[in-house]
Amino acid sequence: MSAGQLKAAITPARWLDESGRLVRGTPAPDAEALLEGYRRLVFARRLNEQCGALVRQGRLAVYPSSRGQEACQVACASVLADGDWLFPTYRDTAAIAARGVDPVEVLTLLRGDWHCGYDPVRHKVAPQATPLATQLPHAVGVGHAARLKGEDTVVMALCGDGATSEGDFHEACNFAAVFRAPVVFFVQNNKYAISVPLARQSVAPSLAAKAIGYGMPGVRVDGNDLPALEKVLGEAVARARAGEGPTLVEADTYRIESHTNADDASRYRTEDEVADWLPRDPLLRVRTYLTGIGALDDDREREIAAAAEAMAAAVRTGVNAEATADPEELFAHVYATPTPQLAGQRAALRAELDFEEA
Amino acid sequence: MSSATTPKMTMAQAINTALRDAIAEDDSVVVFGEDVAQLGGVFRVTDGLHRDFGENRVFDTPLAESGIVGMAVGMAMNGMRPVVEMQFDAFAYPAFEQIVSHVAKMGNRTRGKVRLPIVIRVPYAGGIGGVEHHCDSSEAYYAHTPGLTVVAPATNADAYGLLRAAIASPDPVIFLEPKKHYFSKEEVDVSAAVPPIGRAVVRRPGKDATLIAYGPSVPVALAAAAQAATEGRDLGVVDLRSIVPFDDETVCAEVRRTGRAVVVAEAPGFASVASEIAARVGERCFHHLEAPVRRVTGFDVPYPPPKLEHHFLPGVDRILDVVDTLQWEDAA
Repeated sequence: MSAGQLKAAITPARWLDESGRLVRGTPAPDAEALLEGYRRLVFARRLNEQCGALVRQGRLAVYPSSRGQEACQVACASVLADGDWLFPTYRDTAAIAARGVDPVEVLTLLRGDWHCGYDPVRHKVAPQATPLATQLPHAVGVGHAARLKGEDTVVMALCGDGATSEGDFHEACNFAAVFRAPVVFFVQNNKYAISVPLARQSVAPSLAAKAIGYGMPGVRVDGNDLPALEKVLGEAVARARAGEGPTLVEADTYRIESHTNADDASRYRTEDEVADWLPRDPLLRVRTYLTGIGALDDDREREIAAAAEAMAAAVRTGVNAEATADPEELFAHVYATPTPQLAGQRAALRAELDFEEA
Repeated sequence: MSSATTPKMTMAQAINTALRDAIAEDDSVVVFGEDVAQLGGVFRVTDGLHRDFGENRVFDTPLAESGIVGMAVGMAMNGMRPVVEMQFDAFAYPAFEQIVSHVAKMGNRTRGKVRLPIVIRVPYAGGIGGVEHHCDSSEAYYAHTPGLTVVAPATNADAYGLLRAAIASPDPVIFLEPKKHYFSKEEVDVSAAVPPIGRAVVRRPGKDATLIAYGPSVPVALAAAAQAATEGRDLGVVDLRSIVPFDDETVCAEVRRTGRAVVVAEAPGFASVASEIAARVGERCFHHLEAPVRRVTGFDVPYPPPKLEHHFLPGVDRILDVVDTLQWEDAA
């Protein structure tokens, strides 16, 4: 391991600084691509806001917001090709939407239904994982199977800083490195696992530095800097696709809201701390930059906002529509063919329902 | 089937042959786990498979059971049929979260869009003089988890046939291999029809009472029935083959015929598969029963050390002692 590799794992890569200026010595990003990225950031932010409102209206059971992490959400989806896979967590609704899945489908689980809502195979997006880090070995399996089949699929596996303490994080990183699986482990270090701060998860020099122990590259990146994220993640995807194995990418970001609506962040962090992060907002710096170079004007801004508003309206309509959950379907998918016992239990429930309806 | 035409093989060889045939027939079948490649498994169950089929079909993994099962989930999501080995029953516990939260639930979580045709092979149960953590009967953990199919062969022919059925199943299967029988030889006709998962088999018809067993307890139940016959009592033996799905039909038909039932299993009896069977039989056969359904199980203690395991394992004498309590004095 070289000093350069260690530095990459500890010092966050940056492209746009907090005031929206190019970091010294970096070339200008592609303006058209960045404008498209900005549009996606606005959509992700609007989706977070809309979901928060739907929780307050009782339309969603719960919503873990990615407000403040939208650049991570957008970047991890935008660097993937159609045949690649995304393995998201419960906080990655906006990333799945950025991948092209209808947000109403994505919100199925959070509306209180029993299934993930979308077709994981069609969209190449795994169900959102709730048990921390358990989806990471799956990502390795999808990647290893692809390699055995001679396909150049890449798998983007998401987790948070808390999940890096789990055994499955370790096992997945190690398996991926040993098998040179085409996986990008993308840790959104938002500094809190519900209430427990990063310092109680790890005293490693950085989370990306853990990659060194597995024999894979680790890269730390400013998690609120969209072009830097797309560059770092894009390079990791390219390495994986070229058969050079996995990369661990850590995004330095911040969870602006509480863990979920059921959480109260004021019990474990100060308002000053949150206020420190607000100016580092991922939308703000892209907007400042694009406006500064003349790529974004008021008309374009209004156009993007109107499109995001239409998306939010469609989410409201979709989520407000009554879900038609069929109680008998509880038994339908447990096995490919229901066992005699499940068929009997379904019939018993049907009889109860018939009695109630009669 | 005569012994002149049917080869004898050990249970380990029967399982090996099933794996070999499945790998040869279906490109999506992959075998992996700890020590399964070069070594051929600590019980030699996968002997020669790596040599004959290569690294892409049969491979060793890092030593991490959750990683093994988790990787199997992903490979199944991407079109493969993984068959993984857990090496020993108690070594499977690190994979428990993967098995319970993902393997068992993926079909349900995805509304049937993603099925996981995974087989998790578990050398299980005792009787080998193993040191601690090597002899657990862990079937109840799996049987209690909706979404898992749980299979326990008792004969070498079933070890072949049920493993072929398990690999072909669209659902994840916990395949419990009674390790004390790995090296016992029996005739195995690999061309015989593959037994369907979910159907029990009557190993011995009987008219006085029915012994219900699975996996390593079936030969013990058969020995008890043979001993009882010399004492004038005609005991039948039902081999469950599958714990999940459970074959109520075959079990209850036998019990209704005899009016008496004893469940035999190695696992500790409290909250066990044996308890579930006793309850099911009681609920369904009450008016046919001449005596309460009894259980002969392991004690509710951690699996004992080699010097004491014979006290723990249900044996012929203990089974027959319990059969003697089935209220024969009330018989007409």
